[in-house]
Order: sequence, then structure tokens, then C-alpha cells
Amino acid sequence: MAVKELDTKIQGIPAPLAKEMPRRSFLLKLGFLLNGVAATMVSVPLLGYLLSAFRNDGGFTSWIALGSLNSFPENQTRMAKFSNPYTRPWDGQTADIPCWVRRMDGDKFQIFAINCTHLGCPVRWFQESHLFMCPCHGGAFYEDGSHASGPPPRGLYEYKYKIENGQLWIHGGQLPTLNQPA
Amino acid sequence: MNMIERLRKVAIWIDDRVYISKIFAATAGHTVPRTSGSWFYVFGSGTLLCFMIQIVTGICLALVYVPSAGQAYTSLEYLNYQQQLGWFLRAMHNWGSNFMVAIMLAHLIQVFLFGAFKYPREMTWISGVVLLLCTLGMAFTGQVLRFDQDAYWGLGIGAAMAGRVPFMGPAIVHMMLGGPIIAGETLSRFFTLHVFVIPGSILAIVSLHLRLVLAKGINEYPVPGKLVKKETYAEEYEAELKKSGVPFFPKAISKDLIFSGLVLLAIVFCAAYFGPEGPHGIPDPTQINTAPKPDFFFLWLYGVLSLMPDYMETVVMLTAPFIVIGILFAVPFISNTGEKSPRRRPVAVLSVLLILIVLGAFNYLGTYAPWSPKMEAWTSAATPTNYLEGRSPLERQGALVFHNKQCINCHSVGGEGGLRGPALDGVATRLTGDQLVRQVIQGSGNMPAYGKNLSPPEVAALVAFMSTLHKPTEVPAHDSSRPTQASTENMQPNATTQMASTKP
Repeated sequence: MAVKELDTKIQGIPAPLAKEMPRRSFLLKLGFLLNGVAATMVSVPLLGYLLSAFRNDGGFTSWIALGSLNSFPENQTRMAKFSNPYTRPWDGQTADIPCWVRRMDGDKFQIFAINCTHLGCPVRWFQESHLFMCPCHGGAFYEDGSHASGPPPRGLYEYKYKIENGQLWIHGGQLPTLNQPA
Repeated sequence: MNMIERLRKVAIWIDDRVYISKIFAATAGHTVPRTSGSWFYVFGSGTLLCFMIQIVTGICLALVYVPSAGQAYTSLEYLNYQQQLGWFLRAMHNWGSNFMVAIMLAHLIQVFLFGAFKYPREMTWISGVVLLLCTLGMAFTGQVLRFDQDAYWGLGIGAAMAGRVPFMGPAIVHMMLGGPIIAGETLSRFFTLHVFVIPGSILAIVSLHLRLVLAKGINEYPVPGKLVKKETYAEEYEAELKKSGVPFFPKAISKDLIFSGLVLLAIVFCAAYFGPEGPHGIPDPTQINTAPKPDFFFLWLYGVLSLMPDYMETVVMLTAPFIVIGILFAVPFISNTGEKSPRRRPVAVLSVLLILIVLGAFNYLGTYAPWSPKMEAWTSAATPTNYLEGRSPLERQGALVFHNKQCINCHSVGGEGGLRGPALDGVATRLTGDQLVRQVIQGSGNMPAYGKNLSPPEVAALVAFMSTLHKPTEVPAHDSSRPTQASTENMQPNATTQMASTKP
């Protein structure tokens, strides 16, 4: 074997016995195999831990009470706040999520996410001109949430709602984005 | 044996065991072309110095900072106002970051213009591009760790962009935020990136980058007409080293030392004089009276995202970063050999100028963001008195409508108000009364329709006010299909008195 000759030449030591070679290469293979198995056993739980947030099963959303119907006068749009259903103990104020509640006649509501559909900035309601305006890139929406002007690609995100025992409930819990509206 | 002799022996023993002199000869003492001891070659070491400052100040800040969404803001305030010299450490870290990005950009431009990326230094360039990306990553994640309103809504913008990815969008957003909303785990994630993952990568890649500089040699100062040829370059470089090479230390390092010293002084000065950045508003999502703005080095992005036509936005957002990064990686393969000197590479020089001008213009626009409505203008901006003097009650009522209906948030009069829409100072010369009515009621592409939100009397007052908005010397627009006299009488009942009253 050329490698053996080279070995002998360079290092000036006798070539290993022919029967030693299979043993060495077997040990090398065994070493690789053993480490491969170990690496898999380490990486599976590691990836499971890391990718635990990488899911999209709707498990984060639920019904949330926004308050008594009386706190939302008819024909007005008001901000409401709720505590996000999925929280961590160290979330602090970031767990408080605002939304815009528009009460039309009677028990008809529209509840909009605070996030502009362009790039997620907080839209502000202007009672006087009946517009939502975004401070970032200049998007504007009408009082029914439809797109009025500027770069947003669609109207405001709307939460589903229901009324139970005189309480207004919305179905929410995650940051709305274009491919996953509230 | 006297003392000195003994010390010498100790030194020789240590050197023999740990190879200090050999390591020195192979690194700081390596031979470089005499021409590369130039003022143009100081930016690489300057960037490295900034990185070291960031490590030291970053470790100090991490002693106090709490990477928890609930407490990060309080700990930043504590650093600013209670921790002894905490404000100074925060300021050093902030200015160190600004200088690092700026000097790194200078380094990139210098390396590009001097053709240093050409054969055989392709991998040095590529590792440098990775370092640039890491540094921008540090700048962005660092901005998030300053966990204030800007950070919170900046994350929202990042999530909104990621959320546009087809199919995978929602999953990527969850991965990025570490959950369904921007909250505790989001900050922990960015802390991990900023403090462990990216700095670790930078350390590793800087080692590679410097190793490559040693292995392939520093670029010689380019001479016009001296072409890089793969067959002969190595020999020529060797010959130049033999002929006029000098050890980097102490012969070629002096300008690096002077520059680094100046940079350090500048950072200390800026930190002491300007102080730390923020934190601005508390990161409470329900406090929405905010206009989030990115830090200086990302202002151009803010401008691009605002001014891009909306039909191409998603495509550009999701592909442009990859195209730009791809081009940066491809540079050494697009132009691998040939001329190095910028004097013979006009396309390279013009490209750099073009990119700098474009980025500079967008950044400049970003400083005052004309595309954003001024959300408080309707209660804070005053109508100039000469726009009210001598006006009829109806017209003055119109000025009130102009404020109360937030028109002024997007349209300025007399330099007060937003810049999102056109200034209305001379609007009466551009639109007739009828056209103003139509514009107000129906809006247009970039203006909401106010039809439902203004009563007919409000529209009449508003249009009456706007019809007075022209200079005394300018004739208001009129409908040419109607007799001029009639249209003046119908649409601008007080035109004559206004003309008289606004005369200077």
C-alpha cells in the first residue's frame, strides 16, 4: 500500500503489521458511530427545546373578557386593554395588549387590533375625523377598519367577539400579522 | 548571578515553553509591504478596537442590566441615574457601537476601492462581509435590549415583515418572538443573540479574518496599471515583501495606533458630552402615543419602507436583503483579477458614490420622516395669524375645521403641520372651490375620503378657508367652463376683501 510505504519513508518507523490495520480502521469507524449516536441523542432534545416556539396550532388564542358592555357607549370607538392569555411570569407590562372597540348600534361591535397592517405600529383613533392613523409610515383607516390611504395592504385586523352575561369577549392572544390575522 | 541575568533566564525559559517570540514574529511582527503602512489602512484595526470596547463595556453593563421584559427598563433607568458611572458606561457602549459601524463601513469602502478583495483574498472579503452582517445584527439586537417603546414597536415591525413570508410567516414570527406576542421570551432571545451568539461568532470570524490577513498578506497599496494576474501575483507580492517589506510592528503600526487613539478619545468625548441614549418611553404596549423610530444606522430602511410603492413592498422586503447580501458575497468573483487602483476603476468608484448618496438621502429623510403624519399637530400647531386676519367668520370656522378634523396632521399651512400630504399654502391657486369640495369628500389614493365625517356646513367652511390660501399677488384657480365673474362670486364670496386684507 502506498500509504504504508510513505509512512515508512517519512517517519522511518516500521509499517504497522498488516493485521493491525483492520483493527485500527474498525476502531475509527466505531468511534465515529458512537459519537454520531451520542450527537443525535444530544441534538434531538436540544432542537425540541429550541423549536418549541416554532409552532402554529392556534394553541395560543382563547376567549378573553374585555369588560362590561356598559363601558362601551354606542356609536363610539374606545381603547380597551386585556392581559394576554399566554404569559410568562416575567412579561411585565408587555403582557397588556390594547385594542380598539367600536360599538355600533345596539350590540353590534367591531374590535380592531392595535397593529397597523403595514408594519405593525400602533394606530391611533381620532374621534373628530373618524380615522385611525398610523404614526410610522402614514397609513390611515376608516372607522370600520377599512383601508383609507397610505401603504397598508389591507384594512385593520379584526378580532372575533361574543357577548355573554353582559360582558364583551374577544378571541385573541397573538400578534396579528398579514398571514395570520387576529 | 545578578538580578538581571536571573530575570533574563526566566524570560528565556518562559519564551521557550510558550513560544512568545515565535508567535510575535508570526503575527504582530509579520512582514508587510512598506506601502500598506498608509493612513488608508487604519480602519480595520479601528473597528477591532471598537469591538474590544464593546466587549469591555458590555460585560460591565451586563453586571447590572436585567434581561427581563418586566425589569429591563427599570434596570436601564437604574444604570442611568443610580449606578455610579452607569450612565457613562451606557454612553460608551452606545457610542462605541456608532463608531464601530461607521469605521467598519469606512473599512469596507477602502477595501473595495483598493481592490483588496481580488485574488487571492476572496475569503478575507467574504469573512469581512459576514462580520459586517454580524455587526449590523449587534446594532439591531442592541437596540432591542434598550427595551423601550422604540424597541417594542421595532420588534413589531420586524415581526410584521417576517409575517409576510408566504406559508411560513406565522411560524417564523413565533420563532422570532419566542411566543405569540412580544414579551418576556422575546427579550431573552435577543439578549442571547446580543451577548452570546453574535459576539461569539464575531470572535471566531475575526480570528479567521486576521488569520487570512496573515496567510495571504495585507493588500499592497494599489498602483494604477499594475494588474493582478493569478499566475504571477504570489511571486510579485513575495518579491515586493523581500524588496521593501517591513515588520508590521514596529514599522507599519504607528498610523493604526494614532487612529485607534483618536477613536478611543472620540468615543470617550462623545460619551461624556452627549451621554447615553434613552431609554425613551416605557415598553408598555398600551401606551400608544409614540412614533417609533429606528437608530441612526437603520434610518434609511425606515425611509425605504415608507416610500416604496405598496404593490412591490412584500417582494422587495423578502428578497432585497438576500440579493444585496448575495451581491456583497459575489464581489470578489465578479471582479477577481486585473486593475486594483480606484483611479482605473470608475464603475467601482461611482457605485460607492451612488450607494452612499442614496443611503445618505434616505437617512436624511429618516431624521424628520416627512411620510409620517404629525400626530399631535392638530392640537399643537398654530395657524399663522396672517391666514386668519381679515377672514370672514365662515372662513375662520373653516380654519378650525382644518385643525379639528386633523387635516393639519398631514397638510401644513405656513410651515406648521405634517408633511405627509402637500402643503396647502397656495392650494387656492391649484384647485377651484368645486375641486376642493371633491377632494375633501372623496379623497384620493393617498388621502382618506372625508365624505362621511364632515357635515355639509363643515365642508363649506373648510373649502371657504382653503379658497383664501393664496398669495395676494396670485390669482386663485377658476373653472374655465364658467364665466370668471360668476365663479368668483359663487365660490369665493370674499375674494376681494381677502386680497385686500392679506396685502403686506
